Amino acid sequence: MIKAVIIDDEPLARGIIKEYLAHHTEIELMQECSDGFEGVKAIMQHQPDLIFLDIQMPKINGFEMLELLDPVPAVIFTTAFDEYAIKAFEAHAIDYLLKPFGKERFDKAVQKWTQQKSQNGADNNTATLIEKMPRQPEEQHRVVVKNGANIQIIPVQDIFYIEAYDDYVKIFTKDKYQLKKKTMSHFEEVLDPKEFLRVHRSFIVQLQQITKVEQSDKSTHIALLKNGAKVPLSRTGYSKLKEVLGV
Amino acid sequence: MILTYGSWWIIWIFIQAWVLNNLALPWKEAFVDATISNLVLTLCAYATEITSRYYNPNKQRAWFRFVWGIGLAYVCAFSTELILAQIFADQPSFLLYLVKSGPLRFIYSFLMISFMAVISYLLRQMKEEEENKNRKNDAQNLLREAELTNLRQQIQPHFLFNSLNSISALVGTRPEEARKMIYQLSDFLRGTLKKDEQQLVSLNEELEHLKLYLEIEKVRFGHRLQSDIQCDEKSMHMKLPALLLQPIVENAIKFGLYDTIGDVVIKIDARSTNNSLNITIENPFDSDTSKPKHGTGFGLNSVQRRLYLLYARNDLLNTTTTNNIFITAVKIPQSL
Repeated sequence: MIKAVIIDDEPLARGIIKEYLAHHTEIELMQECSDGFEGVKAIMQHQPDLIFLDIQMPKINGFEMLELLDPVPAVIFTTAFDEYAIKAFEAHAIDYLLKPFGKERFDKAVQKWTQQKSQNGADNNTATLIEKMPRQPEEQHRVVVKNGANIQIIPVQDIFYIEAYDDYVKIFTKDKYQLKKKTMSHFEEVLDPKEFLRVHRSFIVQLQQITKVEQSDKSTHIALLKNGAKVPLSRTGYSKLKEVLGV
Repeated sequence: MILTYGSWWIIWIFIQAWVLNNLALPWKEAFVDATISNLVLTLCAYATEITSRYYNPNKQRAWFRFVWGIGLAYVCAFSTELILAQIFADQPSFLLYLVKSGPLRFIYSFLMISFMAVISYLLRQMKEEEENKNRKNDAQNLLREAELTNLRQQIQPHFLFNSLNSISALVGTRPEEARKMIYQLSDFLRGTLKKDEQQLVSLNEELEHLKLYLEIEKVRFGHRLQSDIQCDEKSMHMKLPALLLQPIVENAIKFGLYDTIGDVVIKIDARSTNNSLNITIENPFDSDTSKPKHGTGFGLNSVQRRLYLLYARNDLLNTTTTNNIFITAVKIPQSL
């Protein structure tokens, strides 16, 4: 039996997938979710083989939800219209359904997924897609993290600095940090370069949180932040920072 | 033009006659002299004007104008003397006076012709400037119209395709509702297409259009979306630019629905004052996770731009937040 979950904020949009799924007796619908929070919970609980996922949803979008999952389940995206997303889907051979879609198109997508699964085993391309996906505009303003079963949205203004930590990064806010499985270069790319600067191989700092730059010993410098934290600067990081601050 | 021209010369005839009379020339001779001199000058000046209309020497050839002026002044003075000599052939004292006044006549003619040339040059320049200004205005108006049309054509494909998806879902389970939604969507689209951006409509009409939009969105989002519209009697008949509120409500719905998890109430409130229509649109948002400065997307920028193009004012659209409510306020001046 194949386990499936539907995640879409519009009830009628979920309804039509449910209707089409009813003809596939080999697939069991475990749960319908109306947002990414419910989605994460349902996926952790049911461990579905396949999810049907909308992109534009309240609070966190479809991609942000997938980032919180490990392992990432196989996904068939359902979306109304998004040129950039479609290009990325095609590039990574991930199937997508453009709303509105008919039953034949839906059946074809499910069939394609079944074939891929029998060929590649449990492998799927979703994880690479999330890595390479062009970011939605709202993602420049927030970072979504998961702490156990708790999902938290950090507005980028609240970030003090980001530190590399093996496969993860530590995102430091005023008095604590959150872990997220992402690379430093991802954040360097996503965050506004006018506000965030990579000052070290392992550190990205928000410029307006810096109060002071001082010499720690004769060749290295550190940045002192508003919350008292100290961030080391590499030699190039120090000169980049001087340039940005105009000193 | 002819009148001004004519009276100008008549005034000069009188001035010259008076001067000549003062210089001890009898009135009769003074008048004949003044009339003939100025008539000849008129003809010359007119000839200059006509030729310059078709032949306009450029700046490098200014000396040409000078030579032309001197030549013409000479011709004027000479022909005037010839004519006067014919008329007063029997008066030796007048003939003597003609000979003596020759150089003076030449100078007078030259000054007069130069003066006329300068005046006609200035007039031409002014006319040209006027035409340039008009052309510039026309071009700007065209640009403005094109921009306004552009700002209007913003039916979100997302909205359209998602609505069609909802209809597709309803067809299977609740065909009557599907049919109703098709009518609503059609009416809405028709309303969007037919309206002229420059046109003013009553608030009542605009609200009818907005209600269609809200009804469609309510079908899509189910119980999550509610609306509350309040307006006073007088405001219903006040005018505003067609489809102005549409993108604001669109923005409010999007902001409300995608920034919160719970139910969303969109409040539209219209109040009339003596000379303006004040409308506020409210939606909930989450102040913990989003800073509203990012909430003004394309929707509100285009509204701001439209208001500026129509009223030349930048203070008609304002956004504020209180607690977790985002408020967009629009003011429409009514003295049109």
